[in-house]
Amino acid sequence: MDSSIATLASRFRVCSVTGLKIDPSAERLIKFNAVVAVVCFLLGASAALGLVLTRWQTVHLLSAQMYYRFLTLHGLNMLIFFIIFFEMAVLYFAGPVLLNGRLPAPKMGWLAFALMVIGAVMVNTMVFKGQADVLFTSYPPLRASPWYYLGIILFAVGALIVTFLFLASLHYAKKEKTYEGSLPLVTFGALTADIIAIITLVHGALIYIPAYLWSLDLISLDPQVYRLIFWALGHSSQQINVAAMVSVWYLLAGLTVGGVVLNEKVSRTAFVLYILFISMASAHHLLVDPGMGPAWKIWNTSYAMYLAVLASLIHGFTVPAGIEMGQRLRGFTRGKFEWLRKAPWSDPGFSGLVLSVIIFGFMGGITGVTLGTEQINIMAHNTLRIPGHFHVTVVGGTALAFMAVTYYVLPLIFQRRVAFWSLAKYQPWVFGIGISVMAMGMSFMGGFGAPRRHWDIGATGAPFALEFHPAVNVLQAVMGIGGVIAVTGALMFILIAVVSVFFGKKCTADSIAQKLPGIPQGILALPTQVHSGGLVGRVHREGTPGTVILTIIFFISFVVYYFINWKLLTFLWRIG
Amino acid sequence: MSAEMHSGLVSPKGVWWLPAGPQERRWIKLSFAWCMVLFAMMPLWHLKGGQNPSGIRSTVAPADFLARTERFISEYKVGEEKGFPVVEPPPGADVYLLARMWQWTPVLKLKKDVEYTLHLSSADVNHGFSLFPINVNIQVIPGYDYALRVTPNKAGDFRVICNEFCGIGHHIMIGKVIVED
Repeated sequence: MDSSIATLASRFRVCSVTGLKIDPSAERLIKFNAVVAVVCFLLGASAALGLVLTRWQTVHLLSAQMYYRFLTLHGLNMLIFFIIFFEMAVLYFAGPVLLNGRLPAPKMGWLAFALMVIGAVMVNTMVFKGQADVLFTSYPPLRASPWYYLGIILFAVGALIVTFLFLASLHYAKKEKTYEGSLPLVTFGALTADIIAIITLVHGALIYIPAYLWSLDLISLDPQVYRLIFWALGHSSQQINVAAMVSVWYLLAGLTVGGVVLNEKVSRTAFVLYILFISMASAHHLLVDPGMGPAWKIWNTSYAMYLAVLASLIHGFTVPAGIEMGQRLRGFTRGKFEWLRKAPWSDPGFSGLVLSVIIFGFMGGITGVTLGTEQINIMAHNTLRIPGHFHVTVVGGTALAFMAVTYYVLPLIFQRRVAFWSLAKYQPWVFGIGISVMAMGMSFMGGFGAPRRHWDIGATGAPFALEFHPAVNVLQAVMGIGGVIAVTGALMFILIAVVSVFFGKKCTADSIAQKLPGIPQGILALPTQVHSGGLVGRVHREGTPGTVILTIIFFISFVVYYFINWKLLTFLWRIG
Repeated sequence: MSAEMHSGLVSPKGVWWLPAGPQERRWIKLSFAWCMVLFAMMPLWHLKGGQNPSGIRSTVAPADFLARTERFISEYKVGEEKGFPVVEPPPGADVYLLARMWQWTPVLKLKKDVEYTLHLSSADVNHGFSLFPINVNIQVIPGYDYALRVTPNKAGDFRVICNEFCGIGHHIMIGKVIVED
């Protein structure tokens, strides 16, 4: 046994930056999953350009049929394929790599990868062939080809295998004592993402297997029951994203500025709250559905008294506070904001992290909790306020965090210097600002009653004329321009990632020593990851005054936005 | 307070179940209190507020809902517009609005400040009832009758947009509601 571990260990590559021993089979799986993720992202981003230029009705690029086809393509490739392939890479990284361990049963990893690729290809083929114009949600009785449902099932089974491989890698790392003490917080966060992923994927099976049988006319399927279980997949998969994204935040904070964990107990408890309460969140998709009553809606939408929201509020403090304290430990102790002013802003890993935290928290979090309130949802359900919200959570939050971490994954895992380095410095800004502007345009249009998933709000050919407030024309341009900027940022990322991976210059210990371009500052000089001594006591006593101010501003914005929405609600008809 | 601090990449050694710092504790307490406010607002609005998606909820076969809508139309029809029956129900009546690819039937003529019970259902796929421009949005699902007690608070000429994707003609699915003083 010992000798077999020794032979395994001799295969490992020792990372010259972090000193971590890296199992080559885990490394290869990280690479392949990440590359396929980027391919799916390219498909999704190309579709996005068509969509945003269609909804900006001055341009109105696509035909109705192509619009809905592109919308299906966009939703599936972004929300499912891109993000889950990337999360598989995160799991292979946070398990075997961060724990200095090995990947057990790498062949299962390749089987899972094959299933996921086959599934994704099947689904995309059906969409391209026009046999699945049912959008991401595929609510029955809208019907797609059986191959479509089967493709999703294969993809989900593949992902499920990876979630169990991750658990196995944790088990073996513990058994083989590859690390001392408890799991690092980043791995712990990935573990919560993994557990949420298992719950989510089981729900996926529970709904897509019946949907597949229904598409073959073998059974009947109740549309309301479908919506209920579908969202246990559809929304919970966004909770995998949240848990994975927060783990990536902690990871990037550590890599870029030596951000510390203020308190392990607090951060870990917050992650556990996600597991316990977040799967209920899917209920907020059904707040104005006929199948459930108010008690069910209130209990479930409040995620059991908002304990999952509490978890996000906690991370919303501990992540920036960890960054602040890390910076203070590096000597940036003057005033309340020297730590922020003197941060490595030209490192896309850092700027992407900060933008992701701000966009997710300020815009995504506040709108999400507010729109997910039972009564306020009456003013928001299926309007453009909804995509306005989730483009600043999943895209401005999760996707941007994943882009930021890619700037570290390229040198550390792919061992390539980042290509077009001067472009990379701007990429998070272009993408983050573009997506925020687009989301604001969408949200305000939704406030004027503009529906989501709608080819023509001019309603050409409808029996009754539909005339929106003139401001909606301006907002369409805001959405359109923001969207084009965001797609530009996405294409910049794809260009940088693809060229780095396939044509990038080698990143070796030498190139790091020579400080060659294309290597983020956190890798050129890895910030201290463990601090001890007198400084720790002093910095800890001083606390994080800058973060306190930022979180108070956040809190006030939240309260104001929330109650403005209640006020707006009182102007509607009485409904009960 | 520990004498050591580390990043999230490092395995914490020994006991890390330690009390949080004062700033963290204060933030958690504030956040928890806010979460309770968020939670309490919903039941409170059911007691004090005027807009709740409670309704009277039941299942109905699409054919039955179609029959109820047709009966409703023949009882209270007052005219026609663009080929759609215009229906003016008496105050307090059960009002039926049928969604199907790709129209809302019938056109409704309601009175301001009068309560009606508005029944929504679909004859085919999912649809979305979106009352324009006041932005009231309700999911419409085949097989389910969502009956909401509604009281229009302003006279005017309203539209019903379909805001759940229902196929290629989704964007022409525009209905009409007239509210008179």
